Amino acid sequence: MPDAALLQVTDLVKHFPLGGGVLAKPKAWVKAVAGVSFAVGRGESFGLVGESGCGKTTIGRLVLRLIEPTHGRIDFDGQNILTLGRKEFGRLRRRMQIIFQDPYSSLDPRMTVEQIVTEPLQIRPRPARAMRREAARALLEKVGLRTADLDKYPHEFSGGQRQRIGIARALCVRPELIVADEPVSALDVSIQAQVINLLQDLQQEFGLSYIFISHDLSVVTHLCRRVAVMYLGSIVELAPSAEFSRMPRHPYTEALLAAVPLPDPHRRAASFAMEGDVPSPIDPPAGCAFHPRCRHVLERCRVERPHLAPAAEEHLVACWLNEGKGLG
Amino acid sequence: MSAGLLSIEDLSVSFQTPEGVARAVDRVSFALDRGETLGIVGESGCGKSVTSLSILRLIPSPPGRIDSGRIGFEDRNLLELDAEALRRIRGRDISMIFQEPMTSLNPVLPIGRQVAEPLMIHFGLDHSQALGQAAEWLDRVKIPAARKRLEDYPHHLSGGMRQRVMIAMAMVCGPKLLIADEPTTALDVTIQAQILSLMVGLKQELGMSLLLITHNLGVVAQMAARVVVMYAGQVVEEAAVADLFDRPFHPYTQGLLRSMPHLGGHEKDRSVRLQEIPGIVPAITQIMPGCRFAERCPHAFALCREKGSDLFAIREGQRARCWLQEFPQRRRPDA
Repeated sequence: MPDAALLQVTDLVKHFPLGGGVLAKPKAWVKAVAGVSFAVGRGESFGLVGESGCGKTTIGRLVLRLIEPTHGRIDFDGQNILTLGRKEFGRLRRRMQIIFQDPYSSLDPRMTVEQIVTEPLQIRPRPARAMRREAARALLEKVGLRTADLDKYPHEFSGGQRQRIGIARALCVRPELIVADEPVSALDVSIQAQVINLLQDLQQEFGLSYIFISHDLSVVTHLCRRVAVMYLGSIVELAPSAEFSRMPRHPYTEALLAAVPLPDPHRRAASFAMEGDVPSPIDPPAGCAFHPRCRHVLERCRVERPHLAPAAEEHLVACWLNEGKGLG
Repeated sequence: MSAGLLSIEDLSVSFQTPEGVARAVDRVSFALDRGETLGIVGESGCGKSVTSLSILRLIPSPPGRIDSGRIGFEDRNLLELDAEALRRIRGRDISMIFQEPMTSLNPVLPIGRQVAEPLMIHFGLDHSQALGQAAEWLDRVKIPAARKRLEDYPHHLSGGMRQRVMIAMAMVCGPKLLIADEPTTALDVTIQAQILSLMVGLKQELGMSLLLITHNLGVVAQMAARVVVMYAGQVVEEAAVADLFDRPFHPYTQGLLRSMPHLGGHEKDRSVRLQEIPGIVPAITQIMPGCRFAERCPHAFALCREKGSDLFAIREGQRARCWLQEFPQRRRPDA
């Protein structure tokens, strides 16, 4: 996989300042991403899953340089994008696009569907108007909207249809990588299935790579070939999707899986609760960030942070319990 | 239904909108026994929240209006009570928790005071007695160091903790019925699990009934004994939870269950397709003579578009609003 990787993220760190002002120093730092590495292959769907504040959305934004990292390296198609100048990055940037969670706030209410989906074409060289309209028509067909909708405004559409407009906009410049940040979380179950299927079809047709960010383990492990579970800014486990239902190895992943209410009344959980809240990313616990909530905590976990290490084929875990059990 | 606590009969609620009159709830009926957990499931706009708000007459009017029906609670019709009698029931016999704990708590009052308030209003306790009981309740809903948190304000707490405060507030008078409208939807999955466990524990301990409104089929499967499925303002199916998941009758229920992704569903280098329900929910301002699901239904035939069906009995305890019960040969085996 690494040689063919389209995207390689290495030791990515992002700290956000808290408080402070123009001249004042920040009072503290939110450690949103605390040293994350992963690779996404061409045509691969890669999932990032975790609870609020785990850093998954920040990673999505860092990859597109919507925000700049504190530290780390991001290679896209063999180029370190963090060292690129504005112009060079601009050229590369068309090859990666993003879809947002909220189909209501991510579309400009004053633009027509045609203007929205062809806005990425406004960067030079800008195609003629007739060509833009033709492009918009083709995009709408691709995402399952009617071409008669071209001149309508976002408010005339339902949530699922708006998400389709957002997808069409992302596809407009024929990207290779799409970061999809909770693209179905705001949608009802029946509409969610439509959008997931659409994303899969488009991936097949255009050979897209996805970074699929979600809090929903079922959605992520359905759509993605490999999934990384995040906790307080770090990846704690990274494995092929099927491994998660078969053999999760990190105690946090285990707790996360146990917490999902199964849609099966014959398999009722005796108790699905893990105690406690996620600690603050301003002052994360020393050692393993999960240790205050972990059932298997060892003395070492309190002082030394475990790093991602192979536990099985394609299966990485950051947990001291796995030490020595790996493939060496 | 001798032990019935709540019975809703033929409830219809409409809203005046710029697009016309919206029938948000259309002749909805169901009943809830003492100590029972009933789930109401459905997607946005199906009328589940409006139904639950109608029970305590919390529908803003105008634009909302309860057009007809009866809401029997014990031996009274809540729709006929005067304001004072209704006030004595709200928060005492029936209480409610909502999805977003931040907007349902008062941001400028300490949480101890908010939990104590129902005790002062309904039982005439003085401030310090009520606060003492509030502290006990905050402890029971597992707020750490509850006594010290009485003076905290809602913004001091995390989302999960705020929902615990809401639960304490709802439980403090020992209600016979708790209505929980998407109580865990805004929470992370591990916090959701904690809140659900807490609700199960308290329900068993106090023997109250629970009306659980949710869009999450997993939550329903884990919590409810019986389930009502709503679509576009109507009850389309009702069944014991095991029957609903094992033998769903209505094509909408079947579609919902099939459209859910399953954990670890991605097979080796191949994505499995989900079964989707095509189309979108019709606008409730639309006047539809036929079945409201017909245009999305794989089995629909001429009659479905002409005339809405009744709720037919499928088996003991299971009802479905679908002509397929009368015309089973119309069910397409491939869909």
